[in-house]
Amino acid sequence: MRYLPLTPDDRAEMLSVIGVKSIDDLFVDVPAAARRTGVVDLPLHAGELEVERELSALAARNRTAGSGPFFCGAGAYRHHVPASVDHIIQRSEFLTSYTPYQPEIAQGTLQVLFEFQTQVAALTGLEVANASLYDGSTGAAEAVMMANRITRKGKAVLSGGLHPHYVRSIETLAHAAGVATDTLAAAVDAEAAVIDAIDADTACVVVQTPNVFGTVTDVTRIAEAAHAAGALLIVVTTEAVSYGLLKSPGEMGADIAVAEGQSIGNGLNFGGPYVGLFACREKYMRQIPGRLCGETVDAEGRRGFVLTLSTREQHIRRDKATSNICTNSGLCALAFTIHMSLLGEQGLRRLAALNHDRARKLKAALAATPGVEVLTDRYFNEIAVRLPRDAAEVVETLAGAGVIAGVPYSRLAPQAGMDDVLLLAATELTSDADIALLQKALTKVIAQ
Amino acid sequence: MSMNSVGRPTRPEAPANDASTATLTGGRGLLQDEPLIFELGGWDKSGVDLPEATGVDDALDGLLRHDPIGLPGLSEPEIMRHYVRLSQKNHAIDLALYPLGSCTMKHNPRLNEKMARLPGFSDIHPLQPVSTVQGALGLMDQLAHWLKTLTGMPAVALSPKAGAHGELCGLLAIRAAHEANGQGHRKTVLAPTSAHGTNPATAAFAGYTVKEIGQTDDGRVDLADLAAKLGPDVAAIMVTNPNTCGLFEREVIEIARLTHEAGAYFYCDGANFNAIVGRVRPGDLGVDAMHINLHKTFSTPHGGGGPGAGPVVLSAALAPYAPTPWVVAGEDGFKLVEHEEEEAAAAFGRLTAFNGQMGMYVRALSYMLSHGADGLRQVAEDAVLNANYIKARLSDVMSPAFPDGPCMHEALFDDAWLEGTGVTTLDFAKAMIDEGFHPMTMYFPLVVHGAMLIEPTETESKYELDRFIAALRALAHAAKAGDVDRFKNAPTQAPLRRLDETLAARKPRLKWSSVSPAPLAAE
Repeated sequence: MRYLPLTPDDRAEMLSVIGVKSIDDLFVDVPAAARRTGVVDLPLHAGELEVERELSALAARNRTAGSGPFFCGAGAYRHHVPASVDHIIQRSEFLTSYTPYQPEIAQGTLQVLFEFQTQVAALTGLEVANASLYDGSTGAAEAVMMANRITRKGKAVLSGGLHPHYVRSIETLAHAAGVATDTLAAAVDAEAAVIDAIDADTACVVVQTPNVFGTVTDVTRIAEAAHAAGALLIVVTTEAVSYGLLKSPGEMGADIAVAEGQSIGNGLNFGGPYVGLFACREKYMRQIPGRLCGETVDAEGRRGFVLTLSTREQHIRRDKATSNICTNSGLCALAFTIHMSLLGEQGLRRLAALNHDRARKLKAALAATPGVEVLTDRYFNEIAVRLPRDAAEVVETLAGAGVIAGVPYSRLAPQAGMDDVLLLAATELTSDADIALLQKALTKVIAQ
Repeated sequence: MSMNSVGRPTRPEAPANDASTATLTGGRGLLQDEPLIFELGGWDKSGVDLPEATGVDDALDGLLRHDPIGLPGLSEPEIMRHYVRLSQKNHAIDLALYPLGSCTMKHNPRLNEKMARLPGFSDIHPLQPVSTVQGALGLMDQLAHWLKTLTGMPAVALSPKAGAHGELCGLLAIRAAHEANGQGHRKTVLAPTSAHGTNPATAAFAGYTVKEIGQTDDGRVDLADLAAKLGPDVAAIMVTNPNTCGLFEREVIEIARLTHEAGAYFYCDGANFNAIVGRVRPGDLGVDAMHINLHKTFSTPHGGGGPGAGPVVLSAALAPYAPTPWVVAGEDGFKLVEHEEEEAAAAFGRLTAFNGQMGMYVRALSYMLSHGADGLRQVAEDAVLNANYIKARLSDVMSPAFPDGPCMHEALFDDAWLEGTGVTTLDFAKAMIDEGFHPMTMYFPLVVHGAMLIEPTETESKYELDRFIAALRALAHAAKAGDVDRFKNAPTQAPLRRLDETLAARKPRLKWSSVSPAPLAAE
């Protein structure tokens, strides 16, 4: 077998060094009732060629985003990733290393994490960032738990503009930990409504901008209202490219910013692996979940980096830890950092403006399509529209015609009573021809 | 997994006395001294060529970002150099043995990488119509089949993003089952003192109080202590098997029986499944839930700290409570159950926005298909053989924590053999760095003094094992011969000398700043 270096002779020699007769002697502690003598009922080993053939056949049964007009967003976005990013993340030293437990031989990973934290803090406009979480949704749930620890209050107010899957991820974790949630009704322009829901028991309010319907909101007033009530403001962003055009969460008074970082450096991958960005005010530093990388010096006074403030973490604090997180999203964070370091501020601003530009084109085309009502006024690269028919049916029909028209809101929240709402995103990869094809196909379906 | 190197802030004990390695530039041969990306200029350029946008919608007035963000951008050649130089400061499996006990640092086959990058898997959106992703759903279904068959369990929740996330998934399923059965008052989780730190942290996160179970002298769960603590308040036990001492829990079936008799569920931490895959099915041991780290047993890369993947297999009693989403096969293809209604009405909730770690599913299935049922059994056998070989060949110079009987996939030593030498487990580990090896897991499990947990995995050749053993034997002799400086000064051959972790924690500096304060200096 190509991944197993030992030969039968090696095995025999090693067994004799150990002083046992057969491999079974090393499994004697397994209860006899549970020892399996034969192989399990699964196919036997296969060569590289056969495996490649089988998996390629499965891959071929999927319609790739790049194969035609494509408008899905709602938390995952198709962007162009420079070729050098994937090359670097496949270097053995990054790909096949682990969490930097031995800093003297992990400075590569550690310095990248320090760069990543600096970039995330800059993007979110906050003072400190961690070394990544699994993704945006788990990051949002962690942020709610953190706010609960800080304020010692028991309720989270969740905006009606928050991605429904984020809502469920937060509710699942919060309810297990005894934190109540007040989830507001879905609305295209939902953020302002959270102000009315804030009360003395509120630990935090969670708002999203741009929200799931694409609406961009200045959350400054929400921040003021939250702070006046002794609550924290958590700002969620699912499209990290928007940081290049829009006011940062920190600038608007957020205490914690959480984002899905997939858009920078990472592909769609059917939902994962992605990378959660997490930043907050410096005064909450010791309540941050996950790994933190910090600067220090070595025995000769040279600058170096280590994992730090680990007394927050599970391997030291065990049941008193700030989170149970151990493995995070290191390689995706590396991809993010490389792509961001290529872009720089100039490139990011240009990329963000370009995304918005494509969405303007998309919005204009949809507004000009008979029967389509554009619902989102202030948008970045994503908008919601109301169709004269069930949006899921329209999407299915258009998929048959080779156009992936976006995400029906009912796919995210079937009970919201918004079956006619469709979410569409445009990115720098959306061409004029894509938009024209969408418009044509949509016009035809609506007319039927 | 948890490791204690960062848990014990350390600082160099010896004065810097090795100035002979200093160069004029800070570079050392192939190792370049590399500044941070923020120190390389790049404030007014970009390494990405993009067209200019035409304008911004008036509706965004007052919402735009005007202040500088503070992000440098560099050209592609500069970026390649920067990150390749950084990469060379990392140890990696592809360079040498990486024997971190409990982490299973095995070879990462490159076919897996190639398969995960097929556009049919990498360029599909989690919310595009299910009719357009039948191959992806088919892959998830096939992965689920392999995991269920290998573990002998009837159900699996794929979506947890890592091992600790899987633990949370298992405990939340247990909690939902108890609540559905009128047992919601059960608020205690039992876990051995030797457990991974994630176990008690997860239990607390899931709203439970954790009580520790004692251990016998031979490194196993103390059945009498377990029986005494299993009461009507206990919701679950969390036991790692093979356990964190690298030993199989001989009485695991009795542990399961006692647990079930007390009305509790048996959560098994499957971090060490690599030792038994293909030879033992956890379902035959009475396990109710177990996470499987695809980045350990099934070879997906560790990536410098993730992404991992932690699918959880579930018993019939817990299966109805699995979180959404999951895949079901129907007559007209696969469908994705995404909401807690109809067949998923009992689901405990949702753990993450989308479908979990698809990229890791592809890699893991690629690995499973490559090995097959026969190869996976050989994986477990070779992993156990390699660990026992190391244990056998080091036992005369180091002190095995549990000398009697075989270990499983990892060999555990304590620091009794270092007594009187002035060398600690940490010093010994740092000296291994100078010899070109990554240290083993140190100071874990907590139940063994100065623990050194060595997991070679099955992908090491006998040549490499012998080289490693020879290095450790030489170091052990040096320690016993009083060559203390070698250990206290170590590492001297790494890109940096020993780092001051105490300083990092005392004066946290977590990002680069343009108004750079003076360099940190040891106090």
